[in-house]
Amino acid sequence: MEFRTFVFYFLAVILVYAGLRVVTLKNPVHAALHLILAFFSACGVWILLGAEFLAIALILVYVGAVMVLFLFVVMLLNVDLDRLREGFWSYLPLGSIVALLVVAEMGLVLFYVYSGVPESAVPPAGAGYSNVRELGRLLFTEYVYPFELVSAVLLVGIVAAVALTLRGKRKTKSVSPSQQVFVKARDRVRLVRMPAEKGD
Amino acid sequence: MMVETLHQLLPGFLIPPFDALMRMGQDTFGAAWPDLVTLVWTVVKVMLIIAPLLLVVAYETFAERKVIGWMQVRIGPNRVGPWGLFQPLADGLKVLLKEIVIPAKADKPVYLLAPLFSFAPALIAWAVIPFNDFLVLANIDASLLFVMSVTSIGVYGVILSGWAPNSKYAFLGSMRSAAQMISYEVAMGLSLVVVLMVSNSLNLVDIVQGQGRGLFAGMGLKFLSWNWLPLLPMFVVYLTSIFAECNRAPFDLAEGESEIIGYHVEYSGMAFAVFQLAEYTAMLMGCTLVSLLFLGGWLSPVSFLPDSILWLLVKIFCVLVLFFWVRATFPRYRYDQVMRLGWKVFIPVCLVWLAVVACWMLSPLNIWK
Amino acid sequence: MGSMKEIFGSLLLKELLKGLSVTGRHLFARKITVQYPEEKTPQGFRFRGLHALRRYPGGEERCIACKLCEAACPAMAITIESAEREDGSRRTTRYDIDWNKCIFCGFCEEACPVDAIVETRLFEYHGEKQSDLYYTKPMLLANGDRYETQIAADRELDSKYR
Repeated sequence: MEFRTFVFYFLAVILVYAGLRVVTLKNPVHAALHLILAFFSACGVWILLGAEFLAIALILVYVGAVMVLFLFVVMLLNVDLDRLREGFWSYLPLGSIVALLVVAEMGLVLFYVYSGVPESAVPPAGAGYSNVRELGRLLFTEYVYPFELVSAVLLVGIVAAVALTLRGKRKTKSVSPSQQVFVKARDRVRLVRMPAEKGD
Repeated sequence: MMVETLHQLLPGFLIPPFDALMRMGQDTFGAAWPDLVTLVWTVVKVMLIIAPLLLVVAYETFAERKVIGWMQVRIGPNRVGPWGLFQPLADGLKVLLKEIVIPAKADKPVYLLAPLFSFAPALIAWAVIPFNDFLVLANIDASLLFVMSVTSIGVYGVILSGWAPNSKYAFLGSMRSAAQMISYEVAMGLSLVVVLMVSNSLNLVDIVQGQGRGLFAGMGLKFLSWNWLPLLPMFVVYLTSIFAECNRAPFDLAEGESEIIGYHVEYSGMAFAVFQLAEYTAMLMGCTLVSLLFLGGWLSPVSFLPDSILWLLVKIFCVLVLFFWVRATFPRYRYDQVMRLGWKVFIPVCLVWLAVVACWMLSPLNIWK
Repeated sequence: MGSMKEIFGSLLLKELLKGLSVTGRHLFARKITVQYPEEKTPQGFRFRGLHALRRYPGGEERCIACKLCEAACPAMAITIESAEREDGSRRTTRYDIDWNKCIFCGFCEEACPVDAIVETRLFEYHGEKQSDLYYTKPMLLANGDRYETQIAADRELDSKYR
């Protein structure tokens, strides 16, 4: 067995295990931690495929930022498992239909891959080929309009989030450092020269 | 590949036994032998980085206490060994012998995992740090991005150590520190974008070598063409963000001894020491990155002196002393001021300077060709 | 105009550099640390360390069990019981000071009409149990006997100001 194959199976086993634990664990924080483990293993698999920029971006964005916020939410929610289990049977039919659909879709994709399509249509990279440079070039030439569109959507998201949370008057009191900077000693303190009084 | 490098490195009398060992391995293991040699050689290289690193981290604490002591007109630790040189060892021994008290309702596995979560990323990032043109464990294409993504994982140590002990004070502290770290990562990333723009690469070796070229480098004054001068605002922003990222004074809200409590209140003994180790390793990492990205790494300041790894060490040491110096000088920031500085000052400054440098690079005055 | 100048001035981080220069200068200043067990700072004759019970030169203990020190003690560290001695004088049967409680304020010393309870210059002491720091009358008297010359000299120096 080649070393790469061994690494692939090693990562794949961890990935599948972590994915399974995400849905089976009862403690939501532990589940989120396993999701992080799954991200890491997926990142390893991507590096094996030669997509190191995507892999590192996955860690930077998903593990470094998104999952942090996610963990915060999960920690603060204090999820009550008994209440979550209450509606299990009434939701089962709808849930199973969705699950079947997902399984069918994945099956179709896998079938498509295994029925004669060549394994990888991408030609092997030549010397001096840089993943990052190529990605950047594509983003700003061929896909510049979708890229700008996505940025606009994200901007709308940011503005909406700020607008939703910043309603009403601000209730906290604090001094503003930008004003503090301009305070000089002579504005606040007046030094008075007084002659010493004579003793009796 | 490995074999040739080792042939150059080993002294003459060791080469025949080495060759014999290689031949024996080839006979025993067959096709798997080259992979095995690669594995062993990589582990040896990792050890060659980690062992001095941990020693330096230990003596970093000593240097900090000495420097801050001198600045406060004291003499610092001087009891253990000559000039107190064995102080870090004594501290380590003391901390090892202390009891790790685990709170009764803590989530035990996560509680014990949290220190590792903060220490491991600080060590992993060293894999791609170059020490000179060739001396680098893994010279990957996007090494700077790798460093950023790995150090961003360190925030999990903070979050988990706040949540796992089931204590509300630790949790509040962890919220504070995590929010601070994530905020300053944005400013740090934006200031790095400018560096990447002018050096046109994500590879740390390329970034350092790019700083050796330029107008002033041609005149023999290399240190004026390092990134710190043309990108001075970014240098200040990056340096300050590193302070905040490492939870160092004046942003050390995590361990604000007298006023507020940090994320590691519930830790004791070695578990707490691992947090300290992580902080100091991250600090060393930050100093190294500042030296590599803005201070020209292993390049010598003037062209009649040769480039050498010694220059890098000197630069790292100087930045480290600056860390201590700042800690001895400035009072701690209030939390809302920390956030304001990150979001309302640094990010706008970065965005403006990004546009300025972009226009500069397109203008005929471009100095980075 | 003035405020614009201040805005740009604040961008130059002048205050930060000023602060750094102060600590930077002190890095090279002469260090004033006292290497404690080998070197010691001078003590004044009014130093308030551990207590002692004094005796008159003839060997008679000074304390007359007036309990003024007990009343003056803000930390309630002093416990006194008194009884009549065979010769008819009033003396303490019990004189305890709990140094876990004592705050070394010196009020007992001030309240004492006969200079019986005094504080010595002794400050290097320790106890491994709480009971190690609970001193009874014989121990206090022994303290007084041991340091009498020093105590008497200190009282002599202080007498001008009393």
